[in-house]
Amino acid sequence: MSKDNQILEEFTSKEYEHGWSVNYEADEAPIGLNEDIIRWISAKKDEPQWLLDWRLKAFRAWEKMTEPEWANVHYPNIDLQKLRYYSAPKQSKKAKNLDEVDPELLQIYERLGISLNEQKRLQGIAVDAVLDSVSVGTTFKETLGKLGIVFCSFSEAVHSHPELIKKYLGSVVPMTDNYYAALNSAVFSDGSFCYIPKGVRCPMELSTYFRINAANTGQFERTLIVADEGSYCSYLEGCTAPQRDENQLHAAVVEIYAAKDAEVKYSTVQNWYPGDKNGKGGIYNFVTKRGICAGDNSKISWTQVETGSAVTWKYPSCILKGDNSIGEFYSVAVTNNYQQADTGTKMIHIGKNTKSRIVSKGISAGHSQNSYRGQVQVMKRAHNARNFSQCDSLLMGSKCGAHTFPYIDIQNSTAKVEHEATTSKIGEDQLFYCNQRGIATEDAVALIVNGYAKEVLNQLPMEFAVEAQKLLALTLEGSVG
Amino acid sequence: MLSIKNLHASIEGTPILKGINLEVKAGEVHAIMGPNGSGKSTLASVLAGREEYEVTQGEVTFKSKDLLDLSPEDRAREGVFLAFQYPVEIPGVSSTNFLRTAVNQVREYRGQDPLDAVKFLTLIKEKMKLVEIDQKLLSRSLNEGFSGGEKKRNEIFQMAMLEPTLSILDETDSGLDIDALRIVSNGVNQLKSDDKATIVVTHYQRLLDYIIPDFVHVLYNGKIVKSGTKELALELEEKGYDWIKEEADKATV
Repeated sequence: MSKDNQILEEFTSKEYEHGWSVNYEADEAPIGLNEDIIRWISAKKDEPQWLLDWRLKAFRAWEKMTEPEWANVHYPNIDLQKLRYYSAPKQSKKAKNLDEVDPELLQIYERLGISLNEQKRLQGIAVDAVLDSVSVGTTFKETLGKLGIVFCSFSEAVHSHPELIKKYLGSVVPMTDNYYAALNSAVFSDGSFCYIPKGVRCPMELSTYFRINAANTGQFERTLIVADEGSYCSYLEGCTAPQRDENQLHAAVVEIYAAKDAEVKYSTVQNWYPGDKNGKGGIYNFVTKRGICAGDNSKISWTQVETGSAVTWKYPSCILKGDNSIGEFYSVAVTNNYQQADTGTKMIHIGKNTKSRIVSKGISAGHSQNSYRGQVQVMKRAHNARNFSQCDSLLMGSKCGAHTFPYIDIQNSTAKVEHEATTSKIGEDQLFYCNQRGIATEDAVALIVNGYAKEVLNQLPMEFAVEAQKLLALTLEGSVG
Repeated sequence: MLSIKNLHASIEGTPILKGINLEVKAGEVHAIMGPNGSGKSTLASVLAGREEYEVTQGEVTFKSKDLLDLSPEDRAREGVFLAFQYPVEIPGVSSTNFLRTAVNQVREYRGQDPLDAVKFLTLIKEKMKLVEIDQKLLSRSLNEGFSGGEKKRNEIFQMAMLEPTLSILDETDSGLDIDALRIVSNGVNQLKSDDKATIVVTHYQRLLDYIIPDFVHVLYNGKIVKSGTKELALELEEKGYDWIKEEADKATV
């Protein structure tokens, strides 16, 4: 066995770090999908009638839709009737605050390195922890509350701020937007809700940590962020799942609304279980993320580091409606073994002088397939719209693939759209050069990859940039061939 | 320090080195000269452990260790340094970051504690003077957009930082103007000491005006066909390589 193969072998036998699961008594919906299940979920959450009606409307629309097939990913048909749509850890009584949450559940997060204990937390980050279908707790609620910031689980917000939910739910991603968004609208269970009032600059990072624990259960969370005029917030989402042989479905919807002069920065470090080295198991990650720069001079910035999931299908997008609004998309997507990712963004320029910037860095190793799919659309009214797109692909080994599908649609002649793309391979020369300076191959790969992804990693909040760097190195360990 | 015995190496089945014998002692400077395609750079690469080259015969001991048995990174950690003829670019990785990783991995191998940021920067400042390198260059991506001279100076700077016992300079003079050549040679000379050795691989005598060799070897067709002192280099400068080739070809017939 050559040295490279040997390293590859060592890596692939390395276990996914977060592959464990915990047994707890769960409150579960029966398996299957129909109107009764939706009523069951809605009743479980004690929802108002209007929300149940909204769900049912989405369900009826979904029934008429078909699964999209245009993405460059291949997977066996998912039998949605064999999934469970709600699973929640049973708690004797409803926890009013974190002190009342079952310590066993808090331990799950401790084990993931996410302490929900406010004293122990890194200063400056508030966390909403979502386990399977429910939020188990949100930290720093009081601190944020003093500024008028609402940060809580979605279910809680339905009761505490129904007027906001009613106004913004589905306003960015309509319930019938696409197959998985419609499914999510019908069965979503929990997620995070965040509202930043006028002129408030959120003083800490807000974050949601999603964990799938139960088997045969789909996770359908819904996140809604509303930034009122002149406000600012930075939001981070992290995710992991146990290692299971069967595939699990994760179909989330994230909506961001930015009013006049508001700015939202949304970062994701996605590390769902990617399946084993032969491509068995792993999460199907079919996610709809979209933000609207509704007011003038608003800004939405997406940063994603995608290392997990067996199949990823995800296009965080910006609708640039307000004049002078700005949309940004920074992405590093890493695929190894048999992972498949079809990810990118849509920038829709509607307002005048709108600007968008796309920086996508794909890294493919093993037998994986990595596609960038991006759309830049400049509407008639969008005078002086500007877009710059840069799509780079890095290949490691000779069995993986990198694909780029850029779509550009310009209806205004004053628009300036630039697209740059490169494809490169980690060279033997680069590795040898590092080796010759005393740097081991593994560390050399980490160094080169992090250098390649630097522009994107720089966009992440400090604490997470370090995590993301480690994660990149871990995902690619030994994948040089 | 370095002992090469009957070294044969080939690339993709084609023999390039055909029985090299060379002894290098601490404190010595050896120049390896020869016409293009004689195997000079191959010898440098084989010593550094480049994988494309297959050693088919012979042995190399370095500080009484079997050099050929060591991985390229362990050779580096043991003190073998190769100044590349064509230093590679690594986008997004600053020279400083690269060197800090290298220096600390070498230190770890040698059982030393890693250097903290302050000590590391002090070391950088001290070594920078040797090759008159601009600090701005060190915060830029490694070798990316560097001029030919900057790349070569950066190689010698790295050499200064890593403090090798055996330095191999592979055509370090190529692509250098006279000022850069002086600066680079100056750096190399200042790094010389009684417990270190240098092998200078070059096509031209020019470099040897600055880095004075103790021995000069002429490599031709994969073998050392003539060895001498620095006068041999001057003779080559004057007469070219043809007479050596003729002599060698006659001897093999």
